[in-house]
Amino acid sequence: MSDATAANTTDNGPVLAADGTPLKRSLARALRVQKMRALLLIAPLLIFIMVAFIAPIVDMLFRSVENQITSETLPRTVMALEDWDPEGLPDEDTYAALTYDFVEAAERRIHTRLGSRLNYETTGISSLFRQSGRGVDDIGEDYADQFIELNPAWEEADTWAMLMGAPDWIEAASAAEDAGPSFRLSVAASELLPETADAYRGFARTVQQEDNDNPMAEEPWFPVYMALYRDLMRTDVSGYDGPMADLLIEADAAVEGFTGMSPSEAWLDLNDDWGDRNVWATIEAFSDPYTAGYFLTSIDLRLTPDGIEAQPEEQRIYLLLFQRTIFMSGMITLMCVLLGYPIAYLLSNLPSKSSNLLLILVLLPFWTSLLVRTSAWKVLLQQQGVINDILVWIGIVADENRLALINNQLGTIIAMTHILLPFMILPLYSVMKTIPPSYVRAAKSLGATNFTAFRRVYFPQSIPGIGAGCILVFILAIGYYITPELVGGRTGTFISNRIAYHISSSLNWGLAAALGSILLALVLVLYWLYDRIVGIDNVKLG
Amino acid sequence: MDTKLPPYATVGQRIWFYGFRVICGLIFFFLIAPILTIIPLSFNAEDFFTFTPGMLALDPDAYSLRHYREFFGQGGYPWIGLLIGLALGIAATVALKMFKGTTNYFPIVIFAIIGLIVGKLSGLEGEEWMTPMRNSLRIAPVATLLSVGFGTLAAIGLSQSHVPFKGAIMAILISPMIVPLIISAAGMYFFYSRIGLQGTFMGVVLAHAALGIPFVIITVTATLVGFDRSLTRAAANLGANPVTTFFRIQMPLILPGVISGGLFAFITSFDEVVVVIFVGSAGQQTLPWQMFTGLREQISPTILAAATVLVAISVILLTVVELLRQRSERLRGIDPH
Repeated sequence: MSDATAANTTDNGPVLAADGTPLKRSLARALRVQKMRALLLIAPLLIFIMVAFIAPIVDMLFRSVENQITSETLPRTVMALEDWDPEGLPDEDTYAALTYDFVEAAERRIHTRLGSRLNYETTGISSLFRQSGRGVDDIGEDYADQFIELNPAWEEADTWAMLMGAPDWIEAASAAEDAGPSFRLSVAASELLPETADAYRGFARTVQQEDNDNPMAEEPWFPVYMALYRDLMRTDVSGYDGPMADLLIEADAAVEGFTGMSPSEAWLDLNDDWGDRNVWATIEAFSDPYTAGYFLTSIDLRLTPDGIEAQPEEQRIYLLLFQRTIFMSGMITLMCVLLGYPIAYLLSNLPSKSSNLLLILVLLPFWTSLLVRTSAWKVLLQQQGVINDILVWIGIVADENRLALINNQLGTIIAMTHILLPFMILPLYSVMKTIPPSYVRAAKSLGATNFTAFRRVYFPQSIPGIGAGCILVFILAIGYYITPELVGGRTGTFISNRIAYHISSSLNWGLAAALGSILLALVLVLYWLYDRIVGIDNVKLG
Repeated sequence: MDTKLPPYATVGQRIWFYGFRVICGLIFFFLIAPILTIIPLSFNAEDFFTFTPGMLALDPDAYSLRHYREFFGQGGYPWIGLLIGLALGIAATVALKMFKGTTNYFPIVIFAIIGLIVGKLSGLEGEEWMTPMRNSLRIAPVATLLSVGFGTLAAIGLSQSHVPFKGAIMAILISPMIVPLIISAAGMYFFYSRIGLQGTFMGVVLAHAALGIPFVIITVTATLVGFDRSLTRAAANLGANPVTTFFRIQMPLILPGVISGGLFAFITSFDEVVVVIFVGSAGQQTLPWQMFTGLREQISPTILAAATVLVAISVILLTVVELLRQRSERLRGIDPH
C-alpha cells in the first residue's frame, strides 16, 4: 500500500485517485454515496413507521395536555374571565359573554361535551350545563318584547339582516336559495354596536351551519336583543346614518325606559349554581389551551381554584393502580425467572437432539394465540373448572368451598406467567448456551461442591440472560391488556385496562392519554435499560 | 449439568438428579397442559367447560363435533373451491413438468388448501365465526406483505457498514414491539380518526403492518449477520448489476429469514386484538376479536373449537419456521446434531 501511494505522489501534494481528485475527497464521496444508499433503503420504512406509528403516539401525548375545548366552546367568556378577580363573582360583561357563547353552543349541541369535560374536575357541572342549555335561549326575552312593542319592525328577520349584514352579503343572501353565502358583518354596525354585532354574527353563522337556514329569513335569538339593549345603553347612535337608522335612533331614545333582568340576574334565575364561585373558577382554570390537569389526575392530584391539591380520599385510585401494575408485573417476572431458569438450564445442557425436541414444548405456547391461552386458563381456573374439579376429586378442597382462582390477582398472575414464560426462557437459553461447560468442570476439579460451582461460576455468567429476560418480561407484562381484562376481575386489572376504559366507556380521552403517557415513559426507561444491557439488535426470536 | 448419572453417585446426587428432572417436567407440564386440555374439551357434547363424567368414561356419546359445526357454519362453497384448487394445482404441476422438467406434487396440496379456504369463506353473510375468520384472512396477508416489503428493504439498508444514526433508527423501528399495545391502540384510534382511517380496512392493515415490522427487522437482520458480503462483491465483479445481485445472490440466501419474519408478522396480525378493537369497526371484526367478545360476555364452547383450530394453525406455522431454521443452519454449515 505504501509503495503504491508513494508511486502515485510525484510531489508532496495530496494523494490523488485515478480521476485526479484527491483521494481523501474521493473516499469521502464514496462513503457519502454509501450512506445515502443505506438511508434510501431505510427511508420508506422509516416514513411508514413515522406516519403509521410514531405520529399517532405523539398525537396521543399531545392530547394529554391539550385542552382547547373550553376556549373553543366559550371563547368570549374565556376572554372576559381573563381579568376576573377570583374573590368575587364575574362582572355583568362576563355573564353577557357567557350568554352569547352558551346559546351558540347549545344550538350546536356542544355545551354538554364541555359540561362533561369540566365535570371531571368539579362534579355537578355536567348537569348544570345540560340544564342551562335548555333555558339559555330565554335570556333577553324581556328586552325582545319591549323592542317589538316599541316597533314591530324589530320582529322582522329582514330588519336585523339589513342592519347587521355587509351590503354585498345582503345582496348575495337575498338572492340565495338556502343558507346563502357565509354571513359577513357590516363595518358600520360592528363599529357602532360591537356587542350586538358579535352576538348577531354568532347567531347568523350558527343557523347557516347547523340548520342550513338563511339569516335573512330567521329572527335572531333573544340574547341578541339583550346585546342590543346593552349597546344602546352605552352608545349614542344619533350620528348613525346607515340602514335602519331611524329605527335605531328611535330605540336609543326608548331604551332608558326599558326594564329587564341584567345578564347575571338572568343566569342566577336559570340556576343558582351560576352564583357559585367554584364553577367560574373551574371554567377559568381550564380555559388555557393546555393543561396539566389530566396528568395531575393521573397521580391523584387535582387542579382546584386554590392551586394543586390531593384528590379526596375515595377518588385516589391511579397511584394504587400504578403500584398494583408494577407489583403484579414484578410478581410475574419473578415467577417467570423461577420457572424459566431450570428449563433454560436443562435445555442448554442437554444434547442438542433432545434439547431441540424439548424446545418445541416452549415454542408451541409461544406461537399459540394469546386468546387461546387465555381461554384455556379461563376454562381451567373457574370455580367449576378443571383444576377445582381435580382438587375436589383428590379431596384437598371440599366441594362447597372451591377455590377462587380466577377474576382476581391470582388468576392474572398465573395466566400471565404462562403467557410470558417463553419470553424468559428464550433469552436465558441463548445466554446459557454460550457458557462453556468446562468452567464448571474446572471449578469442581478444584474442589468446589456442585452448589458452590453453580453459585460462584455458572450463575454469575448467566446473569446477563436473567437481566435480558426480566426486562423483556417486565416490559411486556406492564402493558398487558387482554389477559387482565378477561381473567383479572376487579382486583387483577392493570393500568392498561383503565386506559381502555377511559377511551371506550367514560370517554375521558385526555386522562386516558395522560395515563398512557406515564405508562409509556415507564416502558421507555426500561427499553433504554434493555438497550444498554442487551442491545436491541440482539433480541432473538426462537 | 451431567446428562447421565454416574454409577458412583451418592444418594443426595441421585435425589437431586431426578428431583431436578421432575421439577423441569412439571414446568413443561405447566407450559403445555393448558393448551392440550382445551382440545378434548372442544369435543364436548354438552355446553360445559369441564369434563363430563361421560367424557372421563370415554363414552363416545359424550363427544361430538357440534361446536366445530357451529364454528365452521353452513355458508360458502368449500367443495367448489377445493375442486378449482385441485385443478389449478394439477395444472401447475403439469406446467412445471413441461417447462422445468421437475415433478413436484407440492402445488397440488397448496392450491387445494387455498381453494378450500377461499371457497369456504366466499359468499358468507354474517356467520358468527366464519365472517371474522374471513376478515382475519383478508387483513393479515396484506399487513404481512407490507411489513415484509418495507422491512426487508430496511434491514438490508441497516446491515450496510456505514449507516448514520443506526442506533436511533433501530430503536424507532423496533418500538412497535415494545410500546404497550394499549398505548399504540389509543394513539392510532385518535390519530386515524383524525385522518379518516379509523374503522376502515386500510387503517387496520396499516396498524397491523406497523406492529409486524419489528419481527421482520429482527429476523432478517439476524440472517444478514451471517451473510457473506464477498458473495455480492463476487457477483458485482462478474458484471451483475445491483438489482440482479440482490435477486440472484442475496435474496435466495436470506429468504428463510424473510419467510420466518413474514410468518411472525402474519401471526402478529392474525392474533392481534387490542389495536383492531380500537382502530377497526364492526366490518373488520377479526377472529381474535370475536373470541375476546365471546370470552368477556358469555363463554360459548364454540370458543374452544375456535381455539383448537388456532392451535392447529400455530403448530403448522411453528413447523414451517423450524424447518426453515434447520435449512438455513444446514446451508450455513452448522450441523444441528
